[in-house]
Amino acid sequence: MANKKNLILTILLLIGCFALAWYVNFETDSYIRRVVNLCMVYAIIGLSMNLTNGFTGQFSLGQAGFMAIGAYVVGIFTVPVALRPAVFYAAPMNPLIADIYMPLWLALIVGGLLAALVAFLIGTPVLRLRGDYLAVATLGFSEIIRIVITNAQTITNGALGIKDIPPLNDVRYIFVFTAVIFIFITALINSSYGRAFKAIREDEIAAEAMGIDLFKHKCLAFMISAFFAGIGGGLYGALLGTVDPKNFLFTLTYNFLLIIVLGGMGSITGSMIGAVLVTAGLEFLRVFDEPLDLFGMAIPLFRPGFRMVIFSVLLMVLVLFWRHGIMGTREFTWDKFIAFCKNPFGFFGRKGARKA
Amino acid sequence: MTILRTDGITMRFGGVVAVNNLQIEINEHEIVALIGPNGAGKTTAFNMITGVYTPTSGNVIYTDAAGNDVQITGKKPSAIAKLGIARTFQNIRLFKELSVYENVMIAKHLHLKSDFMSAALHLPHYNAEQRQAEAEVEELLKKVNLWDLREEKAFSLPYGQQRHLEIVRALATKPKLLLLDEPAAGMNPKETDELTEFISQIRDEYNLTIFMIEHHMDLVMGISDRIYVLDFGQTIASGTPLEIQNNERVIAAYLGVEEDA
Ligand SMILES: Nc1ncnc2c1ncn2[C@@H]1O[C@H](COP(=O)(O)OP(=O)(O)O)[C@@H](O)[C@H]1O
Ligand SMILES: [Mg+2]
Repeated sequence: MANKKNLILTILLLIGCFALAWYVNFETDSYIRRVVNLCMVYAIIGLSMNLTNGFTGQFSLGQAGFMAIGAYVVGIFTVPVALRPAVFYAAPMNPLIADIYMPLWLALIVGGLLAALVAFLIGTPVLRLRGDYLAVATLGFSEIIRIVITNAQTITNGALGIKDIPPLNDVRYIFVFTAVIFIFITALINSSYGRAFKAIREDEIAAEAMGIDLFKHKCLAFMISAFFAGIGGGLYGALLGTVDPKNFLFTLTYNFLLIIVLGGMGSITGSMIGAVLVTAGLEFLRVFDEPLDLFGMAIPLFRPGFRMVIFSVLLMVLVLFWRHGIMGTREFTWDKFIAFCKNPFGFFGRKGARKA
Repeated sequence: MTILRTDGITMRFGGVVAVNNLQIEINEHEIVALIGPNGAGKTTAFNMITGVYTPTSGNVIYTDAAGNDVQITGKKPSAIAKLGIARTFQNIRLFKELSVYENVMIAKHLHLKSDFMSAALHLPHYNAEQRQAEAEVEELLKKVNLWDLREEKAFSLPYGQQRHLEIVRALATKPKLLLLDEPAAGMNPKETDELTEFISQIRDEYNLTIFMIEHHMDLVMGISDRIYVLDFGQTIASGTPLEIQNNERVIAAYLGVEEDA
């Protein structure tokens, strides 16, 4: 009974969001559309990162690399064949791929699969490492992917990047991807495999003693995470209309780290909230990158890059003082939401009382 | 019929010989205890049997459900668990932040046949497997009176219930051989009696073989069929509870210490 009610509410919410996406698509200006699209793409990648870092407890920092793979597959295969000689003007495109064209949805899936394959190859040595070593190794691999892309000139156009990607700005299109990925990850986490991931996060030795093959499950989580990061990266590339190795510096990964830490490591709905706050926040902080004149005096701090300084400080403060983020490992549920609506002031008090 | 045999297993940590040439044989349906002073190497012996450590030398041989002898020396802990050996830990290792219910459901994962896609998409054959698992978990939790507390996080349970939860979690893997590392540690005499009762009850109900490390002599002498005594990694005695109680080396090495403490 209660489950059916919650399911209906969730479906209604999704329909409501889709209607909102429709509205944003036709009734708002391109700036708002861009921010909304970016929020959704960041949510996808945040979710993917939460799968390894939040749910499986493996501190991986390779998201920018997997995004790059997805974005480049979109870049390489969705540029119309006729435009390619103009894009690859420095060195012509490799004839093996020069005539292959894919629609965006197909390129996204191929990009995701390729990212998952690379994750498998990386994972085999790297997932045997723990904690800090895993973070350093994945960070390194993400840079290696970028460097390989920079040097594979006839495939990726090297440092010049790929321009003229048919721009994607249909909010509904990105919304459908986001919703499907959100539902899939929620269902996965609530399955036996999701429980196995969480067991690994809680206690690897106990998980192993309960018959959970650590390596197999870590690898699975890592590959699924890379798959969705690849799709997210592909959407990101299509959104920008151009891909360039510099877009995928390892600092990009920190955006998603902030999203999952802010939202709550191990909370799906937390990642969604985190994605909206961080993306909107990054847009807001853009003023710090512009030169600022106050009373005729140029404030010296306000220059390109200052935004990222503020950003890093926020991340540090967050990790130091508010490690569990907004949601912790909790999830938004309709039951809690209804309890909150009925008695907004008693809600937090009651929970505190129960804990005591 | 033997279910587990260790063939002179030895474990060295640098210069320390934690377990030296341990020979153990456990028959089906027995309750066998491993006793000895702290640091004698008991937990290390468990860790070698369950694959946490690979013995420096020697072999562990397990007789699987089909009656075949399998060398499990150095196999992964998860593979050994799948063969039917489950364990608890001296310092309780529950999945602390997860609910009581999830803790036990996790132990059902090793029997799952569905792949991750069927699981994520909640396909009918996955759902059928899960319903089966859920029914078994419900039965287990009711047995230890934890069903009403199933939504609570594991760490929030009182100590004694955490011990029971850990045993039930191990049972959920449907083991043939259950290893218990100091199950009564920190329990008062009443709780210890209940636990003693519980252990012999599950042995009969699930047709288990039990190998346990324990310090509470009431418990050990009360339900063990046989006892092995370790001291400084060496087996100094083995036999029935009566034989052990009257063994002078044991009294000197262990029981004497226990009385002083
Ligand atoms: N991982 C390890 N590394 C080094 N020494 C260890 C390790 N595990 C156990 N030991 C040592 O082995 C000996 C036996 O320990 P243990 O098996 O835990 O004893 P018991 O369970 O009988 O109290 C102790 O001296 C202990 O310090
Ligand atoms: Mg011990």
